[in-house]
Amino acid sequence: MRKNQSLALQLALGIAPIIISLVITAIIILVVGADPAEVVERVWSGAFRDLTSTARVVNFWLPLTLASIGLTITFTAGLWNIGVEGQIMVGALFATFASREFASLPTAVVIPIEIIFAVVGGMLWALLVGVLKTRLGIHEIFGGVALNALADVGTIFLVSNAWAPATGATAQASERFAPSTLFPALSGDFPVNWVVAIVTVIAAIVVIFSLRGTRWGLHLKATGKNPRSALLLGVPTERTALSAFAACGALAGIAGAHRVLFTFGDLRPLASGGIGFLGLLVVLLVSIRVLWVPLATFVFAAIITGSTRLRISLQLDQSLAGVLQGTLVLVVILFQGVRQRLEQRVTQGDGDEPQQSFSPISAEMTE
Amino acid sequence: MNQELINALNSIVANATPLVIASMGETITERAGVVNLSLNGSIILSAMAGFVVALQADSLIIGLIVAILVGALIALIISVASIELRRDQIAVGFVLTLLAADLAQFLGQDFTRVPGPRISKWSFPILSEIPIIGDIFFDHDVFVYFSFVLVIAAWFWLFRTRGGLEHRAIGERPESAFARGTNVNRMRYFYTVFGGGLVGLAGAAYSLSVKPGWATPPAMQGDGWIALAIVIFGGWHPFRVVFGAYLFAGLRAASSAIQRNGGLDLPLVDVHVNISFILLNGLPWLLMILTLLAVSSGGIERLVSLLPRQIQNRMRNVLRSDPPAALGTRFEAE
Repeated sequence: MRKNQSLALQLALGIAPIIISLVITAIIILVVGADPAEVVERVWSGAFRDLTSTARVVNFWLPLTLASIGLTITFTAGLWNIGVEGQIMVGALFATFASREFASLPTAVVIPIEIIFAVVGGMLWALLVGVLKTRLGIHEIFGGVALNALADVGTIFLVSNAWAPATGATAQASERFAPSTLFPALSGDFPVNWVVAIVTVIAAIVVIFSLRGTRWGLHLKATGKNPRSALLLGVPTERTALSAFAACGALAGIAGAHRVLFTFGDLRPLASGGIGFLGLLVVLLVSIRVLWVPLATFVFAAIITGSTRLRISLQLDQSLAGVLQGTLVLVVILFQGVRQRLEQRVTQGDGDEPQQSFSPISAEMTE
Repeated sequence: MNQELINALNSIVANATPLVIASMGETITERAGVVNLSLNGSIILSAMAGFVVALQADSLIIGLIVAILVGALIALIISVASIELRRDQIAVGFVLTLLAADLAQFLGQDFTRVPGPRISKWSFPILSEIPIIGDIFFDHDVFVYFSFVLVIAAWFWLFRTRGGLEHRAIGERPESAFARGTNVNRMRYFYTVFGGGLVGLAGAAYSLSVKPGWATPPAMQGDGWIALAIVIFGGWHPFRVVFGAYLFAGLRAASSAIQRNGGLDLPLVDVHVNISFILLNGLPWLLMILTLLAVSSGGIERLVSLLPRQIQNRMRNVLRSDPPAALGTRFEAE
């Protein structure tokens, strides 16, 4: 009897945040004088009206999943990799470089080269955040925010100078890439980037298994729980943190390559489309449980893709997607707290867990 | 002193003012041990709300009040999440910074680039008559004068009053503050919401004064992060924080002056660069990293070791910037 009751409670607590955030978003839609039901319908049809639009959802889903899976690694190590947005952009920059330099090579050769370049670019940008943290004591949030902005500035600079279209620089987009250097699409009806799809599946499997069953995964978890005691227990915390940044940056870099070499066909400012920040929201939403990532990223990708046409059809800004997603994650986080309080798990055992203070300018990873 | 320089310094003071107000609000919050990471979004949303409400209600006062309430409300969410629900302040603040910015863009969609009200200039009586100083500091609007009072009041409160001692104690050693009879969590609520209200006011200082109106992307995009960094650079001390804000605004003014002149044209080195037009936009962020490097634990030692031995200790104390020891942690009375 009691068990049934708590099961019902569990279910209610699981569904309640979704309903609450939908209600809040509906109210916000009403505030600007639109009809929530119509918005839902338009978003749905925007995402799934035919195979082409569904393919668009999938093509947003892939890089978002790559970035989110990368972020589960850094979050496991207790790191706030806000710099992921910049890592996507630098991956895109490096991929662009490869596409321009190796355009004469056959497609089957140039695509692996582009992926390798993107991986290296994303990794380097991530390691910069990592070294700023572990060696120089700058918290990864601030290093990341600054490096994101620098990556954007660099992109605008390259797009309007060295990589500008032959017809004249506009700062809107670079010269189009040679078609032979672009990622191939699956088929005419369902144009999905199958190369990055395969990479994403492999990456997901590798990350799931390495977080669960490897020494590295163990080190990541120990570093994330408490870097000081992990260091005392012999975990190389600095190397672990840097490897987490590198792995996340590598996956983010591939996401960036996908955006420019598939979605757009050129390099443009803000090509990442906010995928990095969205990935951070996803990982917070699923509490770093990597198995839930693909589902959450699919829902987010559908909402984002479905919202892009709101401006044309209902004169509504597409930032509505962000409002819904942000509200959902916020309410879910708050509800986890409510649930904990209801379950009365807030007893002595919980209090023993050492709290780490937020230290924006000190290095804790090294001795 | 030539007029051009005076004008430049005057506009630096004006442009720094929202940063001063926001970083002072955050200083007050963080001194109580709470991190409000939502600054960037809070400022954007309250800027939009302040402007739109002032326009619709045809009242600057109501616009200001709404902006303050928006900032305070976001801070309230962070404190409830942290204190009652034991959630991570960083996570909640980060989600809120994204959510608030998107909300601002969505709710403000019909008000982009719409002309609207702004706070008018009001030369401070008597003080504005002082040569040079008056021109630079007292020929502004009320936001600027408020920021002067705010900085001095914050310093006096924190370092010269009993209440301020208690305030710092709940950020440094909440247990001992509790033992001395302070209601730690209630005071944290108060300082977080109060600081958040100031952040909201800073938003209004953009949309009703420094960067009047509303646009997508917002004109003050990124400044919230800069304000958070200024608090760190300022070592959580009001005077150093305000110095940081002015330094930042000054360097930004210098870089936009270079942009206006179509590049950096140094007499000796012949680097004629129109490209700097774009690259200079990266300067604030490079600066953010460099300033944080200068005050970070390792950075200070490296800087100090370059100096003559006699002043090493003094410089170390000047540069030192220790966060409140309990920053970002929860407090539970046993």
